Amino acid sequence: MLSYKAIYVIVLREFKRFFRQKGRLITTIARPLIWLIIVGSGFVHLIDVESGANYIQFILPGIIGMTILFTSVFSTISVVWDREFGFLREMLVAPVSRVTIVIGKLISGTALSVFQGALLLVVAPIVGLEIGVADILLMLFFMTLVALAITSLGLFVASFLTSLEGFNVIMNFIVLPMFFLSGALYPVDNLPEAIKFLSFINPLCYGVDAFKHVLLPGGGNLSAELPLYVDIFFVLTFSIVMTFLSALVFEKRK
Amino acid sequence: MNVIEVEQLVKSYNSVKAVDGVTFNVTEGETFGFLGPNGAGKTSTINILCTLLGFDSGNAQVNGYDCVKESLKVRSSIGLVFQEVTLDNELTAHENLKFHCYMYNMSKRLANERIDEILEVVGLEDKRSTAVKKFSGGMKRRLEIARGLLHRPKVLFLDEPTLGLDPQTRSNVWEFISTLKGSLGTTVFMTTHYMDEAEVCDRIAIIDAGKIIACESPGSLKSSLRGDTVYIKTSDDGRACVELHEKFNLSARKIGSGLSIIVEAGEKFIPKIFESLETPVLSVSMKRPSLEDVFINLTGKEIREAQPAAQRSPRR
Ligand SMILES: Nc1ncnc2c1ncn2[C@@H]1O[C@H](COP(=O)(O)OP(=O)(O)O)[C@@H](O)[C@H]1O
Ligand SMILES: [Mg+2]
Repeated sequence: MLSYKAIYVIVLREFKRFFRQKGRLITTIARPLIWLIIVGSGFVHLIDVESGANYIQFILPGIIGMTILFTSVFSTISVVWDREFGFLREMLVAPVSRVTIVIGKLISGTALSVFQGALLLVVAPIVGLEIGVADILLMLFFMTLVALAITSLGLFVASFLTSLEGFNVIMNFIVLPMFFLSGALYPVDNLPEAIKFLSFINPLCYGVDAFKHVLLPGGGNLSAELPLYVDIFFVLTFSIVMTFLSALVFEKRK
Repeated sequence: MNVIEVEQLVKSYNSVKAVDGVTFNVTEGETFGFLGPNGAGKTSTINILCTLLGFDSGNAQVNGYDCVKESLKVRSSIGLVFQEVTLDNELTAHENLKFHCYMYNMSKRLANERIDEILEVVGLEDKRSTAVKKFSGGMKRRLEIARGLLHRPKVLFLDEPTLGLDPQTRSNVWEFISTLKGSLGTTVFMTTHYMDEAEVCDRIAIIDAGKIIACESPGSLKSSLRGDTVYIKTSDDGRACVELHEKFNLSARKIGSGLSIIVEAGEKFIPKIFESLETPVLSVSMKRPSLEDVFINLTGKEIREAQPAAQRSPRR
């Protein structure tokens, strides 16, 4: 059913494309840093923190979440891109199952995201968060889960879209609310009840919460809000359902 | 042995019948061509045979496999060169080919062997590490045909392989395809709307509005016209038409801004026109039978006129 060589070469291609497009590389590295510096240091004195983490420390898990969100979602643009420029047909006419192609795209989006997120872990000691080897490994694990969830969501949406314009419009409608409702910039508990429920269906919310568990163990009123097993369970279920749905859509649409 | 067997194939998009009851066979080693204007249903037929498109009714088999039920087996036994370019511009020639080899589950060693070999055949061996975005249209085409052959398919499908190329490059591509055929013995199914290109086929199916209206060798298609075509322009085509009928018992067809007449020996007929016609004749030209004339004779229109501009939307 799965062709591993095909998956390998699909992933290899995405990595080559990513590292050859210098603009993309620079934006994905610069964006989180800009947020950390400008938003983080802007709010750090405005926001009164009783105890535990300060605001810059608080938003680091959220900024890692944001990086994964953007990298994952925008890696799925390659499906639309490939359709627009015809390369998708080269894959569709090859003797591999559609699932193989979906898995290939999923792995490449996830791996690129985790790579970006991992780079940001370097910032943790700089802003005064102590992280050990175990924390790094845990973070890599959680980042993989979150990246998988978001990439599969992106793939699902992208498999319906035929134009790059449509992709940009739809993704911006999905990406920005997901970011603001993820607890990245303020605790979800602070949100009005009317929109809080949106956070509960947002995989990024659980992801950022899991990151806080690892990075802000003594974060006071800014630490994680949900039990860790809930985070893991939701993100994992979400990824499996979305992967399944994207494979289904891919099978039907050509 | 039949490599392609198609029976009563029907495919419609909403109200448009793109393929309307098409039946044909292609035998092993043959070069078979679909000739027809834009929108005739050529790409749709190829996509169905390559399992990229479903159909409403009928039967389609390639290499003995059913195009619906055994789509993976069909796909592993065919090569396809699409109408539009489907290379990754960011990757080099070698990387594009390697992608293909791995999608067809080849080992690294075999892939490298085949890539070296095919790059030499298409004369791109010194471009192996160049990004495809720096390639000219003709080079891209050659690379795509090379890619379609990497896994040694039993049948190679070529959808308008020379579309958008200049005449010089077009003839290079054809020369290249016939050399390949000579050395590999692959069965080729191609489509084109250029008459001259159809001449390289062993057999041609002329397709118009989703229907095959003739299917024979180029030679017998031309001999079916039984004569030369004489084109005349007159100051009054209507009157000339009547005169031709009365004086020579010939029926003329109105084509563009003139008349076309099919006669047995054109060079002997031309002087008679000037002798007998009272309508002033402005110009005369004559052609030995060509596929263009066959097409005109069968459909009553020139293949260029038959292209509806609105239907030339890009295909995904
Ligand atoms: N995806 C599609 N949706 C709707 N109509 C289509 C689609 N693809 C092709 N058609 C229509 O089907 C007809 C045949 O098209 P096509 O097979 O591409 O012809 P050709 O390759 O001979 O130019 C045309 O009228 C075209 O407009
Ligand atoms: Mg076509």
